[in-house]
Amino acid sequence: MKQFISFVKKEFHHIARDKRTLFILLGMPIMQILIFGFALTNEVKNSKIAILDQSNDPSTQALRSELDASRYFDITQDLHSYQEIEAAFKKGKIKMAVIFPARLANDLDHFNTAQVQLVADASDPNVANTLTNYATAIILDYQDRITNNRRLPYTIKTEMRMLYNPQLKGAYSFVPGVMAMVLMLVCTLMTAITIVREKELGTMEIMLVSPMQPFKIVVAKAVPYLLLSIVNISSILLLSVFVLDVPVNGSLLLLIFESILFTLTCLAFGLLISTKTDSQQTAMFIALTGMFLPTIMLSGFMFPIENMPLPLRILSNIVPAKWFYYIVKEVMIKGLGITAVWKETLILTGMLLFLLVLSIRNFKIRLA
Amino acid sequence: MTNTAIHAEGLTKRFGDFTAVDAISFEVKKGEIFGFLGANGAGKTTAMRMLCGLSIPTAGKASVAGFDVYKQTEQIKRSIGYMSQKFSLYEDLTVRENIRFYAGIYGKSDAFIKEKTAFLLKELHLEAEANKLVRSLPLGWKQKLAFSVAIFHEPEIVFLDEPTGGVDPVTRREFWNMIYKAAERGITIFVTTHYMDEAEYCNRVSIMVDGRIDALDTPTQLKKTFEVRSMDEVFLKLARRAKRSGD
Amino acid sequence: MNAVIVNNISKQYGKKKDLIQALKGIFFEVKQGELFGIIGPDGAGKTSLFRILTTLLLPDGGSASVDGLDVVKDFKAIRHRVGYMPGRFSLYQDLTIEENLEFFATIFNTTVKENYDLIKDIYSQIEPFKNRRAGKLSGGMKQKLALSCALIHKPSVLFLDEPTTGVDAVSRKEFWEMLRSLKEQGITILVSTPYMDEASLCDRVALIQSGEILSVDSPEGVINAFKHPLVAVKDNNMLQLLNDLQRFEGVQDAYPFGEYHHVVLKDGFTANAVSTYLQQHNYHQPDVQTIRADIEDCFIALMKTGE
Repeated sequence: MKQFISFVKKEFHHIARDKRTLFILLGMPIMQILIFGFALTNEVKNSKIAILDQSNDPSTQALRSELDASRYFDITQDLHSYQEIEAAFKKGKIKMAVIFPARLANDLDHFNTAQVQLVADASDPNVANTLTNYATAIILDYQDRITNNRRLPYTIKTEMRMLYNPQLKGAYSFVPGVMAMVLMLVCTLMTAITIVREKELGTMEIMLVSPMQPFKIVVAKAVPYLLLSIVNISSILLLSVFVLDVPVNGSLLLLIFESILFTLTCLAFGLLISTKTDSQQTAMFIALTGMFLPTIMLSGFMFPIENMPLPLRILSNIVPAKWFYYIVKEVMIKGLGITAVWKETLILTGMLLFLLVLSIRNFKIRLA
Repeated sequence: MTNTAIHAEGLTKRFGDFTAVDAISFEVKKGEIFGFLGANGAGKTTAMRMLCGLSIPTAGKASVAGFDVYKQTEQIKRSIGYMSQKFSLYEDLTVRENIRFYAGIYGKSDAFIKEKTAFLLKELHLEAEANKLVRSLPLGWKQKLAFSVAIFHEPEIVFLDEPTGGVDPVTRREFWNMIYKAAERGITIFVTTHYMDEAEYCNRVSIMVDGRIDALDTPTQLKKTFEVRSMDEVFLKLARRAKRSGD
Repeated sequence: MNAVIVNNISKQYGKKKDLIQALKGIFFEVKQGELFGIIGPDGAGKTSLFRILTTLLLPDGGSASVDGLDVVKDFKAIRHRVGYMPGRFSLYQDLTIEENLEFFATIFNTTVKENYDLIKDIYSQIEPFKNRRAGKLSGGMKQKLALSCALIHKPSVLFLDEPTTGVDAVSRKEFWEMLRSLKEQGITILVSTPYMDEASLCDRVALIQSGEILSVDSPEGVINAFKHPLVAVKDNNMLQLLNDLQRFEGVQDAYPFGEYHHVVLKDGFTANAVSTYLQQHNYHQPDVQTIRADIEDCFIALMKTGE
């Protein structure tokens, strides 16, 4: 036991004395949360739009002021013909054009139906989508009000409610994503590197010749990174609750338990990498391509898995981060309990055991 | 052109307040075998880097092959060859590929490379190994090949940084034989070594202590001056004066 | 009793095409308390041999024991008893001298205090800098620290793989003085080196080249086995002299050796014959003296007979 403690102490010395790396390890989650929270957001505000109003009647004037009043849009230009629409887009001055046909109020009054055309710059499809959605919502809202006034006998009202994330805030999806990414980076990458570094340095030779059991070496190397990860989990959660207003709706204890489970899985993966490589470069390369990229691409954090082709959907199942991301969303955002995520928890546990057994079996007690 | 291959005057390199090379002055004649000795940390490597145009001196003057180490580093690099114990050949390339690669760097014509490669392989008795990976050659062969490659483009001066470290005694002598032959052709040799018997093979030897050149003469004269019988003793006498130690 | 027994050990690397035979079935024994040198150039197989003896590598053939324990079967027990200093500097650069030493002591289930006597002579030289990080030490100091760390658990056999490679002459001298004093404390020491001149500092040596042992004997014994007459010759033009010497009928081998050329003569020839020959070839007063062979002469002779 004394050997073990002394080894862990040594690892802490290594970490504490490499100030730059330590700074990155602890600063990275904070930076990422802040960048995602403030700089990168999928909300679109104050987009410039143009209006081509061919009726100029009370209805279109009302709609126009509704649009202008919303924080999403700024009406910067009034157009007078269809030709001008394209010109305005080409100049890049506007993101969307709203076209009111001639006699809109008249049509509404007499036929109970009217059309409004939305033309959006889809060179950025996400923005275009968001803008047209906003505009549609505003127009529907207006329609609701006028139909109410007239008290028509049959109306079907559709009402949308955004569950769990009423303001459609991006933070709800990236907080779990950042957690997965940071834990993965710290644990997999750093464990792999720290063990391989001893091989490069030649100290692994002495360790192997010493009476210290190999599995103790490995566990001792992992302990500091487990603790570091707990610090990171805490800082991410604190930031998301107090700075980004993303609450922990479910059980904090469960959330922490799941995070530690995921951390251990990452540590085991890092360990496996270290048993198979002899240079820090290779270790880093494998950790990044084997864990980091899949975490970003296939966990559902950046791109929705449902929209992927079948082979990728199947592949995503072996990415631990996918399951962890799901669990965190369920527990933290939806506030669900273990009954909702026991299956995913079991899958992660299975992965952890598999990786551990594999890496312990691969750990060499000799050099070759 | 004069008869001088290397000329240094008050050459100095400081890193912060640490003076790695402290105003060294010396001259190496064309075709000379010049031994550049010193304990670890005495400043040999730093001095050598300045002469090769890899590091700009803090003060002093120096010219290599007639070119200034401040302004004409590109010309210097074209007129010198360099070989070190640690790195000289690509282990994962074959013998032939290595030769081809280094010759290519100096922009030699294909005809020249072809003819010279055949000659070189024959001289080193490496014809059978030409298409083998350098990795699989014994160290001594590698070092001989590395030296041949370093002088492949007929440089005026070749810098050898501990070229024979760990090489067996027979190959070590064969290596020195190659050095002699190169010197006879007029190539100036600038060599560092930890083997004191090799210091005897040099025309003149300088010994660096704490960044300064504390002795510079022929081996015979050095032994006379220090009243000892071998270069080993000369070296020990001088190196024990060192105040600083490094790596 | 023998501290180390090496019995027909062989080791190879690589597959068919690039097969490298690192050790070709070698034999030797090291007695308890001996300072035993393994002398040979890089690539001779020294490191492979040390790794097999320290249980880091499995041999492909043969058997070996350290302290009476088999290197394959009893590897765990051996790991408790040996001290090992690999060729590369292998301490933690970011830990201080003291932290390194204490760490290694704990790993080997002991404390610095318990075995301080053993390392006192060496460690006391670097103790004034004990709070300095190992990465900031000079070559000589690193070496002393590495040796202290390898000794801290009072190993019965100490393996030092090329401790003096790349180290300057002053530090080399100091290092060998330390080894002598360790030997007096009864530790068996195996040390490998590419420097022939270090052979004379060992009790016995094994000369190794290309995975084969050329000779195992005391330095004295190796030298006495050199049977041919040997002379050292010096003149003004050394290169010309060597060429002329090689043409002399009485010469078996001639090669540069520091400021002299060493000339191995065929039996029946003497220094006088060399002098006479040289004078016939316009050398006025060539410096020719009969000398005793040194280990390097023996190594060269053994290498050449092996070929």
